[in-house]
Amino acid sequence: MLTKRIIPCLDIKNGRTVKGVNFIDLRDAGDPVELAAAYAEKGADELVFLDISATEEKRKTLAKLVLDVAEQLNIPFTVGGGISSVEDVDILLKNGADKVSINSSAVKNPDLINQLSDKFGSQCVVVAIDAKNIDGKWKVHLVGGKVPTDLDLFEWAKEVELRGAGEILFTSMDHDGTKNGFANEALARLSEELNIPIIASGGAGNIQHFQDTFQKGKADAALAASVFHFKEIEISDLKNQLKTAGIPVRI
Amino acid sequence: MKIVIIDYGAGNIQSIKFAIKRLGYEADLSSDAEEIRNADKVIFPGVGEAGSAMRMLRSTGLDKVIPTLKHPVLGICLGMQLMCNYSEEGDTKGLGIFDADVKRFDNSVKVPQIGWNQITNLDSHLFDHVENGEYVYLVHSYYVPECADEIARTEYGVNYSTALHRGNFYGVQFHPEKSSKTGEQILKNFLKLELRTKSDEV
Repeated sequence: MLTKRIIPCLDIKNGRTVKGVNFIDLRDAGDPVELAAAYAEKGADELVFLDISATEEKRKTLAKLVLDVAEQLNIPFTVGGGISSVEDVDILLKNGADKVSINSSAVKNPDLINQLSDKFGSQCVVVAIDAKNIDGKWKVHLVGGKVPTDLDLFEWAKEVELRGAGEILFTSMDHDGTKNGFANEALARLSEELNIPIIASGGAGNIQHFQDTFQKGKADAALAASVFHFKEIEISDLKNQLKTAGIPVRI
Repeated sequence: MKIVIIDYGAGNIQSIKFAIKRLGYEADLSSDAEEIRNADKVIFPGVGEAGSAMRMLRSTGLDKVIPTLKHPVLGICLGMQLMCNYSEEGDTKGLGIFDADVKRFDNSVKVPQIGWNQITNLDSHLFDHVENGEYVYLVHSYYVPECADEIARTEYGVNYSTALHRGNFYGVQFHPEKSSKTGEQILKNFLKLELRTKSDEV
């Protein structure tokens, strides 16, 4: 049976992990390669690297990091953050990334989704959508949720699927950072209206939240950062509890 | 042992090269017919769309080379699908090595299938030291329906053949290079295949 995926997300700046990471057993918690290998060992199903650096050297640094990660890691990983062209994606995939995630660049230039899925296959195109519930309507936001748009979440998600996205990574800006659980109603609606996998993001605080997002939110995968980095949740505990609840997971 | 990964412009070849390196071997990328023929092990990767991948194979003449190879060949993902007779994707004629036609998942399941699923009904040395029901990583929209060449099965809406074998040709729908320790074991088994195959034939 296809299992639900648990995906730790690592923020990267200038080739280093940014958020404080509480992994005392690591020699260098700022080293994305070592951290990635540790997560793979702990049972993560996939990893996401989100590059938040804004330097001119960014492209080169990121390509090198992807190559170093690919050399060590025996599970799939996605790279996102500031990717805006076919050429950007070509470099990352050639260096060993399995998938790329695009966000603002897809909104600004929706045709990019078609170009990427035609050239590389939809399986490696993840479209990340940040949205906020404003007066009962889910509106897509850009630049890490700072800039609102007129786009409706569900309409945009459907367009993204039609244009060839292989997966959607949906982050609720209302839930992100709250540790109060995922946006399960919106997630369930996305899952019902679309026929590609949906990754839930934003709001993970405890194990029950993951169980809820798989059962009530019908998510195919769940992404989180701090609960894993600060060891508030161990992936093995999480998977064991999900299994007990009857949710298929890889153990 | 000379290991060659066929390089015809399709797929995430770097990951396969690295996975082989982690097992202590070196693999070369090549599109040269002679070099591929002379390899002890050949890996035939593939990610993307069947029609365009097949066109790339034809334009390099590799479509004629691959079916005539004598050493163990492992097709991965789209590579395996192209080794079949036909694929619905792009109405594509394949290499005809495996007697199967590739179909698209219907919409009763999410397409593509992305993630970790189980392999069962294991029936090959390719799965030595792999338990029935272990998990592998899959990303695909098209599948091989259950067929005579099947050596492993997976369930996603339907039961389908997730690994195939005929003569010196092997194919896996999943990505061993991304399937953690299970995938490493399977790759290791493939790299050790030849001697055993020879003694089996004696």
